[in-house]
Amino acid sequence: MSTMPTSQHSFLANPVHRAWLVLLAATALTWYLGETGAAGTGAIIAMLLIAFVKGRLVILDFMELRHAPRLWRILLEGWMLLVGGLILLAYWLSLK
Amino acid sequence: MSEENILPSPTEPARRLPGDLAIWFFILAELLAFSVFFSAYAFARTHHVEEFNLYQQTLNLTAGGINTVLLITGSWFVALAVQAAHRDDKAAISRHLALGWLCGAGFLGVKCYEYADKFGAGITLSTNTFYMFYISLTFFHFMHVILGMVILSVLWKQSRKGVYGAHDANGLESGAAYWHMVDLLWIVLFPLVYVMR
Repeated sequence: MSTMPTSQHSFLANPVHRAWLVLLAATALTWYLGETGAAGTGAIIAMLLIAFVKGRLVILDFMELRHAPRLWRILLEGWMLLVGGLILLAYWLSLK
Repeated sequence: MSEENILPSPTEPARRLPGDLAIWFFILAELLAFSVFFSAYAFARTHHVEEFNLYQQTLNLTAGGINTVLLITGSWFVALAVQAAHRDDKAAISRHLALGWLCGAGFLGVKCYEYADKFGAGITLSTNTFYMFYISLTFFHFMHVILGMVILSVLWKQSRKGVYGAHDANGLESGAAYWHMVDLLWIVLFPLVYVMR
């Protein structure tokens, strides 16, 4: 890793800072959906998508797996998909 | 499981797994354990939809949201500590680790406030299925936050001795990966238990 911030202007040049800002915004969105009582299929899918985006940022930018051997990236992103898929399946079953 | 590719490609920088390989197997095992708990919650809910939807609304959504912000920010600080190690800024490593630890302490504080509120209202594991899952899932995660903070304390102590830097950040990266996992788990747990219905 070779980067170094030369001035304050480079705040957004650091992927870790960008990830943090998106994570905060996504958290606010999930909280807002909860506060406004969002429920049902659309809300569930939206919340799972938000969680997937957040999880991916943690995996790729915080855990620094973006440039890791692909196997580990696939295992962790695959875990997100597995968990999201199982939750979606269970919620879908509950609608029947 | 195949060995890592040891032949560097001439065109692309070698792909590198941060930290020790062992910590990643440990993280994978933890993630799988939690995926069982998350699925157990979601599938148990199919038999108690009304109960889950009703009692979920008694949870403190704002406390859960604040705790998400604390873990995300704690993870951010620890990612910055690793970046500081790579550019050999030793003072910044310790500083960011301490800030990450404080975020974890904040999380525990908010969670204790939440538990005091629920336990004070007489809610226990046997109150109903929803609270059984709420208490056990969040408490199991709570224990992981504590373990993560113990790891951060060790990293902080080592960083004060100048152990980590551009020459070696392996131990720091391993501990940081565990701390990010604690964050990752909460990113699923919060919407699942507090919000989704």
